[in-house]
Amino acid sequence: MEETKYNFDVVRWFTIMAIVYLVVGTLVGTYIASELAWPFLNFDIAEITFGRLRPLHTNAVIFAFGGCTLFATSLYVVQRTGNTSLWSPKMAWFTFWGWNLIIVAAVITLPLGINQSKEYAELEWPIDLAIAVVWLSWGLNFIMTIAKRKTSHIYVANWFFMGMFVMITYLHVVNSLAIPVGLFKSYSIFSGVQDAMIQWWWGHNAVGFYLTAGFLGIMYYFVPKQANRPVFSYRLSVLHFWALMFGYVWLGAHHLQYTALPDWTGSLGAAVSLAMIIPSWGGAINGMMTLSGAWDKLRTDYILRFMIMSLAFYAMSTFEGPVMSSKTVNALSHYTDWTVGHVHSGALGWVAMVSAGALYHLVEKLWNTKMYSAALVNVHFWTSTIGTVVYITAMWVSGIMQGLMWRDYDEFGTLTYTFAESVAAMHPYYAMRAIGGAIFWLGGVIMLYNVIMTIRQASAQRSTAAAAAA
Amino acid sequence: MADKIYSTKLQDTAERNVFVMFVLLLVLLSVGGLVEIVPLFYLDETMEHNKHPEIVWQHDVPLDQRKPISVANFQVGDSITWKPGDGIRPYTALELAGRDVYQREGCYLCHSQMIRPFRDEKERYGHYSLASESMYDHPFQWGSKRTGPDLARVGGKYSNEWHFQHLMAPRSVVPESVMPNYPWLAEKTVDGKALKAHMEGLRMVGVPYTDADIAAAEKVDGVREVDAVIAYLQVLGTMANLKDDVDYRE
Repeated sequence: MEETKYNFDVVRWFTIMAIVYLVVGTLVGTYIASELAWPFLNFDIAEITFGRLRPLHTNAVIFAFGGCTLFATSLYVVQRTGNTSLWSPKMAWFTFWGWNLIIVAAVITLPLGINQSKEYAELEWPIDLAIAVVWLSWGLNFIMTIAKRKTSHIYVANWFFMGMFVMITYLHVVNSLAIPVGLFKSYSIFSGVQDAMIQWWWGHNAVGFYLTAGFLGIMYYFVPKQANRPVFSYRLSVLHFWALMFGYVWLGAHHLQYTALPDWTGSLGAAVSLAMIIPSWGGAINGMMTLSGAWDKLRTDYILRFMIMSLAFYAMSTFEGPVMSSKTVNALSHYTDWTVGHVHSGALGWVAMVSAGALYHLVEKLWNTKMYSAALVNVHFWTSTIGTVVYITAMWVSGIMQGLMWRDYDEFGTLTYTFAESVAAMHPYYAMRAIGGAIFWLGGVIMLYNVIMTIRQASAQRSTAAAAAA
Repeated sequence: MADKIYSTKLQDTAERNVFVMFVLLLVLLSVGGLVEIVPLFYLDETMEHNKHPEIVWQHDVPLDQRKPISVANFQVGDSITWKPGDGIRPYTALELAGRDVYQREGCYLCHSQMIRPFRDEKERYGHYSLASESMYDHPFQWGSKRTGPDLARVGGKYSNEWHFQHLMAPRSVVPESVMPNYPWLAEKTVDGKALKAHMEGLRMVGVPYTDADIAAAEKVDGVREVDAVIAYLQVLGTMANLKDDVDYRE
């Protein structure tokens, strides 16, 4: 019986919580998107204004949903590929409860306005300390489980999880260095330009290592498993792994081009960003080509559809990223909704969709059953895809329009539009974005329902089987 | 079979020994950050005031002889020893209280404070921002998104009354605005004791506050938050007197 060989209970709970947080995080996102389209939705209530809920949205989707997905998948993959149980199941439970308590703390403090005002690192210093401890507990457990594996080589998915562990540890520790001035208030020890560079070194690598490397780890295990095919190319995986690890770290500076950051830093970041298209596409190609000779499975396997669509979005947004970091384009796109759209083509199209594929796969394996409704998986697939496309299309149009309106001159050589006119012009696109988000959120709700029904079905089957055996 | 090497020896070793791979990653992942971040603390060209010291207030006075920024009269935007254009200085107690509120409400999520050196930004917002202008900003507030306009030089552009009206009900003065109303800022007041601790903390990380600057925090106790925010907004971008014919950045 597999159950005695592996520790799957904690993986099950991380899986369930990931899906719950997917629904919650995207609901908050949809709400704040609606606030920008219809500002009365702020209702003069401090705790639900855009400025307070936006950090809650980003933290919920990145760290609650993304985190639980990464913990569920990594703790599953490391056991399966190493043919061994966890180094410390107790520590895995500590990670589970610790992480969830941190999420509860975030849900309480962020709406109260307790934040460090550094994007994606808003949580105040006591919570930051807790994150460090819980994160290290996962990393230690993960690495020690690799160390006690019964296979000769470390499987490629685990390299990516390890890269993520090392880099996120660096980033979180350095970027969160702050001087506490009260229980719920601290100031960054860095100021101005240095603080800006450190923040975006963190900001872009939270994307590069948490949302990319970690989820590439997921891709490298779950795509071959679901397709029942080996990874397309071992060599490509080695090359793109090390290139991605080395290169991604440099990209943060491209967020600060034309700012008061010295030009050499911004340009260096932009140059490496352009080069990063090669390892990024290496990964995307390696994932997609794993389906060679099995493309017909896409017609019947909806879980596989999620994974392949996610790789398409991954390839698209890793092409878009280098384009946006080139100086000419960045001059237009920076500060606009285009950036928001770019993030979401990665976050919804790549991260959330590869996660959905992996989580469906996990649910079937962990509860040893088939999904309650394959048709609903398919509905979820289409709501995700359509929701994402509606969202990013709205942001492309509004972002480029903003950029063009801000720099437009009339025939007398004066600025054509006031800033307020550009805000008014965004309204239809903000409404469209909220609708795209709502469609995506609906898919999450369908997934949650389907998973709950699957688990109920599995336990019913088990008790029937137990009764029959008795 | 398990002994066959499919790649290079180093790669094979890393794939067999988790600790080798761990150390390789530790080294490799530190390079980019070290190269891009560490020089910013040491290269003189990073901060414009190294070449143009006149943009910093009291730059030629040793710290222990510095005049306090603001001593007694806490009218909004009021300061006794310093006038706009005198140079970059730390925020007064009142302005810092406003900045704390600015952080708390997440203003940085929709407003940037970083003007880029383009013609349209100059005409819309003013002189491009310098690194030295945010040298006392812990953390920086450059922002990444302009759902609303840039605020780096909003100081002095509107009256205090306009700001009050705009914070209470933005659409009453800018009908197109999508900003939330902030009525609670007129009800909540500044906690002088906490503010003092905030200033002491900032001094520990290098903001050159004098004892008199910090003592002023207690006098701000009880001021409405909205007045603190307005004081902060009114000082933004007004500190240094930047000249068009001087090239502050290469």
